[in-house]
Amino acid sequence: MERPLTENIRSDGQPVGIEEYEKLGGYQATRKALGGMSPQEITAAVKNADLRGRGGAGFPTGIKWSFIPMGDAARHPKYLVCNADEMEPGTFKDRLLLEGNPHQLIEGMIVSGYALEADLAYIFLRAEYTLAAKRLGQAIAEAYAKGYLGRRILGSDYSLDLRLHLSAGRYICGEETALLNALEGKRAIPRAKPPHPQTSGLWGKPTIVNNVETLSNVPHIVDRGAEWFKSLSHTDCGGTKIYGVSGRVKRPGLWELPMGTPAREIIDLHAGGMRNGYGFRGVIPGGASTEFLLEEHLDVRMDFDSLPKAGSRLGTGTMIVLDDKTCPVGMVLSLETFFARESCGWCTPCREGLRWVVQIIDAIEKGEGAGEDLDILEGQCRLLAPGHTFCALAPGAVEPLQSALKYFREDFERHIKEKGCPWR
Amino acid sequence: MLTEGERREIEEEIAKSERKRAASVEVLKIVQKRRGWVPDDLDELAATLDMTPDELDAVATFYSLVFRKPVGRHVILICDSVSCWVMEYESMREHLSERLGIGMGGTSTDGMFTLLPVACLGACDRAPVMMVDEVLYTNLTTEKIDGILEAYRRGNM
Ligand SMILES: Cc1cc2nc3c(=O)[nH]c(=O)nc-3n(C[C@H](O)[C@H](O)[C@H](O)COP(=O)(O)O)c2cc1C
Ligand code: SF4
Ligand code: FES
Repeated sequence: MERPLTENIRSDGQPVGIEEYEKLGGYQATRKALGGMSPQEITAAVKNADLRGRGGAGFPTGIKWSFIPMGDAARHPKYLVCNADEMEPGTFKDRLLLEGNPHQLIEGMIVSGYALEADLAYIFLRAEYTLAAKRLGQAIAEAYAKGYLGRRILGSDYSLDLRLHLSAGRYICGEETALLNALEGKRAIPRAKPPHPQTSGLWGKPTIVNNVETLSNVPHIVDRGAEWFKSLSHTDCGGTKIYGVSGRVKRPGLWELPMGTPAREIIDLHAGGMRNGYGFRGVIPGGASTEFLLEEHLDVRMDFDSLPKAGSRLGTGTMIVLDDKTCPVGMVLSLETFFARESCGWCTPCREGLRWVVQIIDAIEKGEGAGEDLDILEGQCRLLAPGHTFCALAPGAVEPLQSALKYFREDFERHIKEKGCPWR
Repeated sequence: MLTEGERREIEEEIAKSERKRAASVEVLKIVQKRRGWVPDDLDELAATLDMTPDELDAVATFYSLVFRKPVGRHVILICDSVSCWVMEYESMREHLSERLGIGMGGTSTDGMFTLLPVACLGACDRAPVMMVDEVLYTNLTTEKIDGILEAYRRGNM
């Protein structure tokens, strides 16, 4: 089984340095791309590889890139931005790539930047990733020193500057248009779309925003081709996926596996199943804003097309397991408290609705719930559905809620009837 | 009034930025690094960034890690998101509150620690977790927390 993204990550916790990276075949994709491929050829390879965005939405990367104006039609400077804001609860995969192999990401940005004819690239990093900040800073300096970044990279006609932007908290900064406002030094609320960043992004210029894991895949596609990349996957979405499991399993962690590996295999085999004394109750498959799955769903393949058929989404591919000794209502309260706190406040349904949702679930958890509360929660799920707000935070917030109301309804009802939390 | 040192560091940061205002977060952090927090009066800073004080205030009030009130010598950020919640976050928070004699947002009377919640720290496989200043602490237990607080109190960290 091939693990292109993580096979070179060291087990001693140290990052792969530039010399080691080069020795392992690193920066070959840069040489190949800048030395003999056209930008269009690279975009075509990424499209043919069926690489889909790993930031949560799964948008096909090659198609996103094809919306960017090229050649004389384009306004410059053009931008490439790496979204390294990773703050979706339950998600810890980009941290591994950032801390373990920063040059792989930098090379991904050089090759992608070349494909997009970008002039300037940014890595938007959350402030709390202090170790990643140090390592990225050093890796960027090394890449400049060796001529992989800066003017006329490796003697080619292509020039690219890469800057590291350190943020200062707030989940909403990971939403790509809020991220662009943050980079411009504005209050980081999302923008109304259209226009999309591909045509009017940073400072109104053409901009592509991609996730860390997405960009880290690009050198491997350029190096080894679209067919090889597709062959890594069990399904139609190309490549591997870094899956994760947290919660009361025996071995919480991350594993790079073929895209489309079944959920059961990841939980039982890789994470070792439930800890002794705990049973499996449910799982959120891809970070906080995805819908719960039950035991009966676990044979589902973990990819962008299969999970919707089971009623959820791949999201970030990092699962959060609910065990049978933990209160589902309490867990949903934790999730919704997060979303309510992180709402940027622009849209009324999100700002006011999520706060109300938290008040109701908090009351239920404390034993102060009333019969009609569940109807109100269901009503909020409809009001916060896609199309009512400027960004996907609010629709994401109700995904775990509406599935919990469906699957754990008796737990909510027991809280109301028994006037208290049965787990406390 | 900005000090000479602050002004120099701020000028350097602005010079590195594509446009002046793009440096606003970094500039706020420069002030915070030296003073511990960002004071109410932003007129001078805003002028340096070609922003109105209101525009800069809108940025400064937005970020959870830009502090608008004095904080303790060390800031504890405890993750209260879902994986940590499942793994006993609540007991860890209660233990910290009890040991420090403060609730969320409070600063201990000796001025050593401020306790704040933070969104998922991306270390969910090692939950529950917290950061003290720039350092991440994982797989927390109440004993481990006592050891960490003690080390900071003794000035070993
Ligand atoms: C509230 C919110 C937070 C988000 N946070 C992140 C994030 O931390 N990292 C990320 O890559 N994408 C995040 N996204 C998705 C981005 O908006 C965007 O779709 C993504 O960065 C595109 O990259 P991709 O096409 O490579 O997946 C977030 C979206 C929303 C609505
Ligand atoms: S949905 Fe919520 S977070 Fe997104 S723009 Fe509206 S108020 Fe802000
Ligand atoms: S939920 Fe606490 S680190 Fe992710």
